[in-house]
Amino acid sequence: MPFATPGRENRTGTLSDHDRFSLAGDASRWEPPGMPATPLLDLRGIDKSFGPVKVLHEVAFTAYPGEVTALVGDNGAGKTTLVNCIGGIHPWDAGDFLFQGEPVRVNSPREAADLGIDIVHQDLALCENLSIVQNMFLGRERRRGLALDDAGMEELATTTLAGLSVRTVTSVRTPVASLSGGQRQTVAIARAVLWESRVIVLDEPAAALGVAQTQQVLELVRRLADKGLAVVLISHNMNDVFAVSDRIAVLYLGRMVAQVPTASVTHAQVVELITTGRSGELGLAR
Amino acid sequence: MKLADSDFAADRRAHDVGSAVRDYLTRLRGGELGALPALLGMGGLILLFWILRPETFLSSQNIANLFTQALPVTILAMGLIFVLLLGEIDLSAGVTGGVCAAVMAKLMVDAEQPWYVAVLAALATGLVIGGAIGWLVSVIRIPSFVVTLALFLGLQGVTLRLIGEGGTVPVRDDVVVALANKNMPIWAGWLLAVVCTAGYAAVQLGRWRRQHQRNLAARPIQLVVGQVAVVGAALLFGTFLLSRDRAPSPLITVAGVPWGVLLVAVLFIIASFVLSRTPYGRHLYAVGGNAEAARRAGINVTRLRMSVFMIASTLAAVSGIVAASRLNSVATASGGGNELLFAVGAAVIGGTSLFGGKGKARDAILGGLVVSIIANGLGLLGAKAYLNMLITGGVLLLAASIDALARRQRSASGR
Repeated sequence: MPFATPGRENRTGTLSDHDRFSLAGDASRWEPPGMPATPLLDLRGIDKSFGPVKVLHEVAFTAYPGEVTALVGDNGAGKTTLVNCIGGIHPWDAGDFLFQGEPVRVNSPREAADLGIDIVHQDLALCENLSIVQNMFLGRERRRGLALDDAGMEELATTTLAGLSVRTVTSVRTPVASLSGGQRQTVAIARAVLWESRVIVLDEPAAALGVAQTQQVLELVRRLADKGLAVVLISHNMNDVFAVSDRIAVLYLGRMVAQVPTASVTHAQVVELITTGRSGELGLAR
Repeated sequence: MKLADSDFAADRRAHDVGSAVRDYLTRLRGGELGALPALLGMGGLILLFWILRPETFLSSQNIANLFTQALPVTILAMGLIFVLLLGEIDLSAGVTGGVCAAVMAKLMVDAEQPWYVAVLAALATGLVIGGAIGWLVSVIRIPSFVVTLALFLGLQGVTLRLIGEGGTVPVRDDVVVALANKNMPIWAGWLLAVVCTAGYAAVQLGRWRRQHQRNLAARPIQLVVGQVAVVGAALLFGTFLLSRDRAPSPLITVAGVPWGVLLVAVLFIIASFVLSRTPYGRHLYAVGGNAEAARRAGINVTRLRMSVFMIASTLAAVSGIVAASRLNSVATASGGGNELLFAVGAAVIGGTSLFGGKGKARDAILGGLVVSIIANGLGLLGAKAYLNMLITGGVLLLAASIDALARRQRSASGR
């Protein structure tokens, strides 16, 4: 075992051979307060190939409720592939997928959604000609008899947005086409919250946003975690990552080289991990 | 939470008439024209033809004519709106109507079947044709433009084969002929108008009440009542116009609302309900707006795409039957002429977008009336055929331009 082993896995005794990464140099120096011992999302030894190209090598990844886990890595490191495996878009080739400690198989986006895993893709997947409410309930409309329960849906959407302390939207009947990028991101996230997702994966939520809007979205991300959801944040922006995340998972060429508490690493270390796959005693073996 | 509450208070504020009017003007400037172009066009055309032909255009005879003339195009357009909502097109809808009418006529004349068997067979034919188009478009993934263009040619061949070259099949069945040629009793016409007005009022006031109860934003009650009053007045006025005696000779009486108007009213109510009040309708708009997003939301886009062609072709069959009823016959060229162009024009004039995701059932009625007023008015003017075609083509282009420009305006103003 070339690396320090993660304390949590030692406790539960489920450490397997493919855990070739380090959670932290010293497991005892970080313990999330009041955190349940079982991660909500626990991936172990995930392999994924597209034809002859192996994209993910025995990747391990965990996400805890109440935490923001940042997933970082350079272009082509496999972030999107990993997320697509989590979201049921691509089936993985080998490895275990534990949800709340139970092994599950996620074969379609629908199955992922049923588990409570929601992915907010970069393109947000909103219908511009529909209103905020209509988008939030798309595919899961509430009815009164044969007809739609528009008033009920509007009420619920308003409550959900207010619960997220969203104050950038004036009316939930506004068509999405007239919203700004940040507001659209908010609607996409609120949709996941409305559907009572327990894991929300945000793919580059701030990529196309201005400074103020980025700030709003990051605040929203933080609030989601504070509500007890497990949030996975994919980002290229180290400032954003350090601003909101509790833990950072670094992918390098399809391998998970480190999963560390944000507080235990520096900006420079993470950049080094992203670019070279190792930093000091963290990361890949020399 | 204070901030959130305060901002969502904007959504719960009581709208007064002034703010509602301002909102409407903002939407208008943003390119959401709604029914305005159709209503303005209709008003302008009525005025124009009234000035040019003051004696004949607004005679009670011609007004009734106008309504029956509008029936087939309105029904065809109503079906096409479903297809247009997905950003697709059905170029074969007109000839589908022709084939279905030919099936009906042949069954009644040659096989001597009762009218309901013939009509059901015609509707089934439409459904099958629509299913075939839908399958080719949604499963095989051929662009609908190509599929329906091929069928536009192919189905004309079917009609030709059914009827025989150069021939016509007469339609003499009382029930079918009555559809476009006979009128409801006067009292039934008034009853229809009153029931429709009452139903419309119940729907509008019911929505207002639900929104109020839940403390959601609702339009000011004055506007709701005003809208109900305007629609009710229009319905009652139309009934009044159609209830006057319009017989050319004093010896007989011809008065009442044509039966076909009842048919259109029923179809309109069903289509409106499906489009605006059911999950199916909501999903149509979603697919028209962003098919990928709809797919990810778990909507079966393939099935939805197939269904709209089936609806369009079935309504095309209804339209073909009404057209056959109006002409008392089915000819080889039925549905192969301007029918489709008129119907697409009607939908677009009414406010349905050719780009998908925007349109209402009422567009078919407004647009159908406008198109018929043009055809009727030009007929009264005795315009030459070439002029007729030029003007109709020009009006369709104009409507499509308004649609495209309004869409650009919408995206520019972020709507």
